[in-house]
Amino acid sequence: MSTTVIPDAPVRTSKTVESPAKRRQRLSSGTLIAIVGLLLAVAAFTSTGTSRIALSDAFDEIKLPTIEVPAVPVVALAAAVLLFVGGFFVAKRVPKPYSTWLGVLAGVALLVGFIVWVAADAPLPFTLTNQLNGTLQYATPIMLGAMCGVLSERAGVVNVAIEGQMLTAAFTASVVAGLTKNLWAALFAAVLAGVLSAVLLGIFALKYLMDHVVLGVVINLLATGFTGFMFHQLVKDSPDLNAVAVMQPVAIPGLSQLPFVGPILFVQRPLSYIAIVSVVVVWFVLYKTKWGLRVRSVGEHPHAADTVGINVVGTKFSSVLLGGVFAGLGGAFFTIGNSGAFQTTGVTAGNGFIALAAVIMGRWHPVLAALMALFFGFSRQLAQTVGPLQTPMPSEFLQALPYLITIIAVAGLIGRVRGPAADGVHYVKGH
Amino acid sequence: MSEAKRVEEAPPKDHKPETKPKASYSKWLNSAAVTFWSLVLAFIVGSIVMIILDPEVGEKWGYFFARPGDALGASWEKISLTYISLLQGSFGSWVAFTETTAQATPLILAGLGIALAFRAGLFNIGGQGQAIMGAIWGAFIGFTVKGLPLFVHLPLVILVGVAMGTIWGGIVGFLKAKTGAHEVIVTIMMNYLAVYLLQFLLQRPAFMAPGRNDPIGPVVEWSATMPRLAGSRLHLGFLLALLAVVLVWWILERTTLGLRIQAVGLNPHAAAVAGINVSRVTIVTMAISGALAGMAGVNAVTAPELITSFPTQLSVGIVGAIGFDAITVALLGRSRPVGVLLAGLLFGALKAGARTMQVRANTPSDLVDLIQALIVLFVAAPAFVMWVLPFLRQRKTSRTPKPKAVAA
Amino acid sequence: MSTTTHSAPVLHLEGITKRFGSLTANDSITLDITPGRIHCLLGENGAGKSTLMNVLFGLLEADEGRITIGDQPLLAKGPKEAMDAGIGMVHQHFMLIPVFTVAENMVLGSEPGRAGLLSISDARARVRELSERYKLDVDPDALVEDLPVGLQQRVEILKALAGGARYLILDEPTAVLTPQEIDELMAVMRALRDEGRAIVFITHKLREVKEVADDITVIRRGKVVGQATPDASETELASMMVGRDVSLQVSKAPARPGEPRLVLDGVTVAAPSGAVAVDDLSLTVRGGEIVVIAGVQGNGQTELAEALLGTLPVAIGTVTLDGVDITDAPPAETLRAGLGYVPEDRRRDGFVGEFSIAQNLVINNLREFANRGNLRLDAIEANAIERIEEFDIRTSSHTAPLNSLSGGNQQKVVLARELSRDLSLLLANQPTRGVDVGAIEFLHKRIVAERDAGTAVLIISTELEEVESLADSIAVMYRGRIVGIVPPDTPREVLGLMMAGVSYEDAIAGREGSGE
Repeated sequence: MSTTVIPDAPVRTSKTVESPAKRRQRLSSGTLIAIVGLLLAVAAFTSTGTSRIALSDAFDEIKLPTIEVPAVPVVALAAAVLLFVGGFFVAKRVPKPYSTWLGVLAGVALLVGFIVWVAADAPLPFTLTNQLNGTLQYATPIMLGAMCGVLSERAGVVNVAIEGQMLTAAFTASVVAGLTKNLWAALFAAVLAGVLSAVLLGIFALKYLMDHVVLGVVINLLATGFTGFMFHQLVKDSPDLNAVAVMQPVAIPGLSQLPFVGPILFVQRPLSYIAIVSVVVVWFVLYKTKWGLRVRSVGEHPHAADTVGINVVGTKFSSVLLGGVFAGLGGAFFTIGNSGAFQTTGVTAGNGFIALAAVIMGRWHPVLAALMALFFGFSRQLAQTVGPLQTPMPSEFLQALPYLITIIAVAGLIGRVRGPAADGVHYVKGH
Repeated sequence: MSEAKRVEEAPPKDHKPETKPKASYSKWLNSAAVTFWSLVLAFIVGSIVMIILDPEVGEKWGYFFARPGDALGASWEKISLTYISLLQGSFGSWVAFTETTAQATPLILAGLGIALAFRAGLFNIGGQGQAIMGAIWGAFIGFTVKGLPLFVHLPLVILVGVAMGTIWGGIVGFLKAKTGAHEVIVTIMMNYLAVYLLQFLLQRPAFMAPGRNDPIGPVVEWSATMPRLAGSRLHLGFLLALLAVVLVWWILERTTLGLRIQAVGLNPHAAAVAGINVSRVTIVTMAISGALAGMAGVNAVTAPELITSFPTQLSVGIVGAIGFDAITVALLGRSRPVGVLLAGLLFGALKAGARTMQVRANTPSDLVDLIQALIVLFVAAPAFVMWVLPFLRQRKTSRTPKPKAVAA
Repeated sequence: MSTTTHSAPVLHLEGITKRFGSLTANDSITLDITPGRIHCLLGENGAGKSTLMNVLFGLLEADEGRITIGDQPLLAKGPKEAMDAGIGMVHQHFMLIPVFTVAENMVLGSEPGRAGLLSISDARARVRELSERYKLDVDPDALVEDLPVGLQQRVEILKALAGGARYLILDEPTAVLTPQEIDELMAVMRALRDEGRAIVFITHKLREVKEVADDITVIRRGKVVGQATPDASETELASMMVGRDVSLQVSKAPARPGEPRLVLDGVTVAAPSGAVAVDDLSLTVRGGEIVVIAGVQGNGQTELAEALLGTLPVAIGTVTLDGVDITDAPPAETLRAGLGYVPEDRRRDGFVGEFSIAQNLVINNLREFANRGNLRLDAIEANAIERIEEFDIRTSSHTAPLNSLSGGNQQKVVLARELSRDLSLLLANQPTRGVDVGAIEFLHKRIVAERDAGTAVLIISTELEEVESLADSIAVMYRGRIVGIVPPDTPREVLGLMMAGVSYEDAIAGREGSGE
């Protein structure tokens, strides 16, 4: 064999310039951050007095002191940080790790500034533990739904049907709980319903080559129609089926006694614990197992996977089915997990779509998607926590905030994200 | 070897049977057949669900082997009663028929919007939000502006409502074109924003019906109400919807904009290379799409009710689930204006008959939603329909596998 | 390893027939693949070579015929069985996952690790061991998308060898390589042959066949039209391949260059990733001359073309066409300024496949065929009928969707659309890629005719045959720069060296030093 060194095939020169897309993204992020800073600066001057932030609530065993801070300087400082970061982004290119850290700094500043501003001179303190505990609770179904989305999209099946899958599971859980009076049986039934709906998704997407997005919309409609019909026909007038118990929060002995962290993390409903474990499981399965490598390969380049003997359709199907498990768990949250019997007034309340947004904003990565789910949970809970504080802001605005922020994030901060290369693409052998 | 011979035996890579008018006719026939059988299948599945879930009929199936007549008779009775009352409610009388046109109006309008976006390769899930914006501001002009004659007031209401829908859709197009933000995500979020805006406004004095504390808007002026044929639900809105069908057909088939929209939808790369401003087409398409959905929203607050002859007052659920219904209409209509018209009439009829069906046959109106979803499921998966009904396969004369990326 | 490969039996294909609908891609092909020999499959684009190999590799199922190894029938239902039988394939479009590392790509399908877990360290070790054994160096942790094509191909070859391939199929492996890299690849092929492996080398380049083949089989329109030995002449092989006598050279009058029409001054263009693809490039094209930019794929030609059209921004520098500054103008403006553009990837950028021929013929000139936004359907139809006649486009009707035409006819539609406008500059990127020989001749003639009408013509090509037959002068491009502008009769070796970045002077010197 020849040992001469082959000159590497010519590549583009090693020099780089900032591509216009990146530049535009940097400028728009910078401007956006600066604008938010400016708003906060204006807000700083409207607030007076001190802000009280409670680190424990009345029921906690260990009382932590309530922090009192002067509102104006803190909010002004946060505004200054935001203006600085925004200006920095606008002024020059920031290399990768630093830009992330600057972004995080801006996020923290915004959070602190906002909370202090809201709590300024309020009759009640802002209870941080409640806020964070509630965050996890709101985030639970979104996280689980997002895991469903990550698994199917990583395998190349676009999943707009999370909402419908969760709705079916929520209904099933409620009915089975009513019938058996056993919450664990109900949870199992919900998982089964999630998987069954995934079978529908898998068969029509992979065997009958239906457009994935259209299919997702149709499954959502089917779920609405089917659960609605069943509910009105069988469940509505049956007191038995409507008496559904709810999984109660479980305090983990020992850990729940920890000050501050305990009441946030270790006094949760069972499904919240399951959600956190699920994220770890999905991450592990996708990145540390043979099956996970194959799933990612069929989502990126199914033809290449086929040439090394991987069963492309089978792999996709298995991943969609596993996703169904998590959609089932997430759906159960809306009935037996949190609020009781099924209603036809949209118990899932669009959480499936939010989960999809979390998947995309989390760049199809389970952990990032879970963080996005937490973000949604946080802003939903914020509307609840802030409600009684008598802020100048209408509650509809606070409720709409997460959606507005998502638009801004998708448009300004994230821009064109690169998903699995063959997401939504049909694979037919030999074509 | 002659040149002509060479072409006849063209290399495999790009070879496909040359399309002849005859082939495209049979293709059309085939697609019509699949659509027809999809409808039949959906109603059959609907019947099965209905029987299985009906407690009384189910009971009779319990002793099927002892007295099969009971079960079969009860099932037949249930099915026929349900579908006949569905038919009566939608086409059984002149009033029923006009109810169908009234129900079809918003479906056709918003469906056209979704279809147009589909043709540009855009998935507008935001019809809901765009319709809500149209409804809010159309109603606002309808109940705050007073003393104008009908031929000024009503056009103004339409103009404002449509304009707000245009803006709500145009924003999505703008964000998509300028930042690459995915329109599915953005439209979903815009829907929520519209809902919260509506909730917020319905608690402001300017938007509340006098003397009421619940979130419901005032009755719009008579001069902002769609004129109708007396004693029916056939109103001007339906004519406007028909006009919109013609307009969208004209745009798509007869204008440079339509050709550009289709080029962008079918192959955005080639469109850009051909000098088509893809960003502009995206924005314009989403704006028109939003305008049509906005018009559906205006229709919701200006269409007179049968008994009261007043339009429905603004409330949180004012536009129903028009955003998603419109998607099914666009899908069933295969994103073609005439198809949308027919699909809109069909689903309008289902909606119109649902109430009669619920009252007379005691079948929950959700059955209509179920059937609607099933129809679209089958229409969008012709391979499945052909698997269930193998005789359809023979009609598909030009069904050769595409030898795409395999040949040398 | 070598002891087993030496005893490997002959792989025998018998009467293989593969149909796609009404089309027969392989018509009863019989072939012997012998260990220890390099077997060239020669044929035009679309002759059915890749289809045959996809059948052999189990990616497609043959309608008729059988495959045997020695006495054993090979029943490859999928690539897995084919690989188990010792068949390995290096695909024309690499079957690598860009966002995976080399190691992940290498072990995909046969991952190391216990109990379902993936052991990346074992995968890494496997890559190192393989690259050691075959002396093909690769970094196991590099992301494939970051690797240059030459290295990606190396990964592909190693991947095939990792499966224990005794019969190695290389499908058009030289298309993306520099002449020097091609030489290296051939050395690798010979070395593997000498180890006792059977090599199937698929190509349409005659020179390569003559250089490396032990056996040659020529395929035309799905049929084996003959066997040949490496001492057959290029013209003989060419006429077998095409089915008639072909002239490999376009006859054209000498150019009469006029005034400069396209002037590029210090143009720098960044690829979408931000990498500088065109680096401070200056070039002038005069009316009435054909300048061909020659170079290996991926040296910035595509980005240059896109920047001229206006779909990629020009970072630095200016572009003028007939004295008008068109730097960074959007496509609508550059097209109006007189640019005719034939894109590299016809299917992606050249036309809308679902549109009719008539629609595609006006798609970038809608203003002329519309009246205040309303299409003039009769004018569009008349135009289509005229162009179909003029450009000899083979179709049943002007309403036929473009997808239904052959590649050559599709390209004729694209060229017809561009040439029917009044052009200052014709910019054609790989104008004859994937086009049958008959259409190539026609397209070349039309391009020369456009030159003779006084238009400036800029062609981008990676095929030396095309470069030589069209160029009035050759600009060799390497890593975003023009290495030199040389006359069309420059020897191939010199062009080859220049395409690897060697300057003209050094290339001439090197050739004289080493060659004779």
